[in-house]
Amino acid sequence: MLSQKTKETLFGPLNVNNPVVVQVLGICSALAVTVQLKPALVMGIAVTIIVALSNVIISLLRNTIPMRIRIIVQLVVVAALVTLVSEVLKAFAYDVAMQLSVYIGLIITNCILMGRLEAFAMTNKVWDSLLDGLGNGFGYAIILIIVAFFRELLGSGSLLGFKVIPDSWYAAGYENCGMMMMPAMALILVGCIIWAHRSLNKEEK
Amino acid sequence: MEKFYQIWKKFGKNFEEGGKLAKLSSFYDAFDTFLFTPNTTAKRLGAQIHDGSDSKRTMILVVMALIPAMLFGMFNVGYQHLLATGQIGCCGLTCALFWKAFGFGLLAVLPYIIVAYAVGLGIEFIVAQIKHEEVAEGFLVTGFIIPLIVPINTPLWQVAIAVAFAVIFAKEVFGGTGYNIFNVALITRAFLFFAYPSQMTGDAPFVRVGSTWGWDAGQLVDGYTTATPLTQIGTTTDASLMPIGFWDAVNGLIPGSVGETCIWAIALGAILLIVTGVASWKTMLSIFIGGGLTAWLFNQFGPDTAAANLPWYMHLVMGGFAFGAVFMATDPVTSARTECGKWIYGFLIGLVAVVVRVLNPGYPEGMMLAILLMNAFAPLIDWCVVNANIKKRAKREVKL
Repeated sequence: MLSQKTKETLFGPLNVNNPVVVQVLGICSALAVTVQLKPALVMGIAVTIIVALSNVIISLLRNTIPMRIRIIVQLVVVAALVTLVSEVLKAFAYDVAMQLSVYIGLIITNCILMGRLEAFAMTNKVWDSLLDGLGNGFGYAIILIIVAFFRELLGSGSLLGFKVIPDSWYAAGYENCGMMMMPAMALILVGCIIWAHRSLNKEEK
Repeated sequence: MEKFYQIWKKFGKNFEEGGKLAKLSSFYDAFDTFLFTPNTTAKRLGAQIHDGSDSKRTMILVVMALIPAMLFGMFNVGYQHLLATGQIGCCGLTCALFWKAFGFGLLAVLPYIIVAYAVGLGIEFIVAQIKHEEVAEGFLVTGFIIPLIVPINTPLWQVAIAVAFAVIFAKEVFGGTGYNIFNVALITRAFLFFAYPSQMTGDAPFVRVGSTWGWDAGQLVDGYTTATPLTQIGTTTDASLMPIGFWDAVNGLIPGSVGETCIWAIALGAILLIVTGVASWKTMLSIFIGGGLTAWLFNQFGPDTAAANLPWYMHLVMGGFAFGAVFMATDPVTSARTECGKWIYGFLIGLVAVVVRVLNPGYPEGMMLAILLMNAFAPLIDWCVVNANIKKRAKREVKL
């Protein structure tokens, strides 16, 4: 069904061309929303939807956008989509929207978006752009989920809000690690993922 | 170092065959290797190697300098335990109680030493295997300092995690011994401080009331406070509170981290470090000047709180100020290297430490944060000093 090239467009960003751990884009929001798994999941989905749709729209418009004002056109498209997503979240998932606070709005400035629009959607066809957007969105979401998994597990002793670590551990002296709740530790976790990723993909250099 | 060597050789005569201590000659040999090997130097002609001091010898000297603080710390842990459980009553310290205090403290502190060395050296060995390098001596001092700067009630598994974190992320990822930006022992403490704040702050952590390995469990005497003097100052609303006198703080029989309380023990270590040239007296002195001056300014113009009203000389002898100034800030790897830079580096550590103590109600003690912050700035300070010097010399050149 998928040719070699489309496969690369879709699955490349998940691993060898990951936007977070290889291109080191979108780190800011990855540190901010990963204290718990749930907001990280929502954030990942929101970014995926916005990247995919804005990629499609910009790809449709790519031949009519004057080169000199392309950034402003891209921003308008992204801003419209972000506002939509933000309103939907506020309507149907108010708690999570409050947890994510400004970071939903800040998706506009997420480097992954502008990066994909500039580097891919402006020069590629609609179907490819959609796949590229989905791939990069998932690549971003996957890192967010890994980081949030460890941060919530070790920092709060829960996953998706459910208590995972039994009370008997706490009674025996176990304590949640407060460092995990801090953005500094998220950065170190992202660093660890990059470390592991580079060691696994040595031959790809 | 040369003078020490002469004295040491003279002392060694006792251990030769027929000498008074001939049976202990292997001890002498061991220490001889620790302290004075290698000792091959170039001939004394101008600027050449005059002392074959390598990092092993340097590290051993620092550990020796830490021993007074360690021994006193062990005794003080037991002494505070006896005080808190009411075993030292009106009659003061008897001989039996002295040894009980020391034994209790020894048993309490020893596990921390073992855990710190086991975890830290374990990681060093593994990393050395992976990188095909020799195992560096760097952890020798770090592992000895860690038990001295953590509160005595910190759970051992937390210490183990913190040591692993510090060795991996503060040292090995930067390239190992000698390449670290931040002091590894302080990163250990900082990790504990931020990760497990309930174990590191407040009233409970610094005095062990309960048992050590099931021995001598006690009940806290009614009305006895186990908070450190700095915590008391940090949390009080009484702006004129002065929990201890100057000499209490110097003698160090007060609650606190294991090694930080007794100024006499720290001073002994400081003398050894300065005489042997291992640590810089400029850094130490400028920390005390910076801290004293800042505290004095707070005395004069500061807000009306207990921490700001605390006399300037008290700031220098309370908490971890002296210990940090002598043993942590002078770490040759993470401190400023230029002579002028050492003055600036030290002065700013003293300044920041006192500012944190006085102005931040969340942190009664600021020494750890001050040293870590200035660790980050040390290369910048050096860069500025070196460049200023280059500019100065360039100007002189033009004048000629």
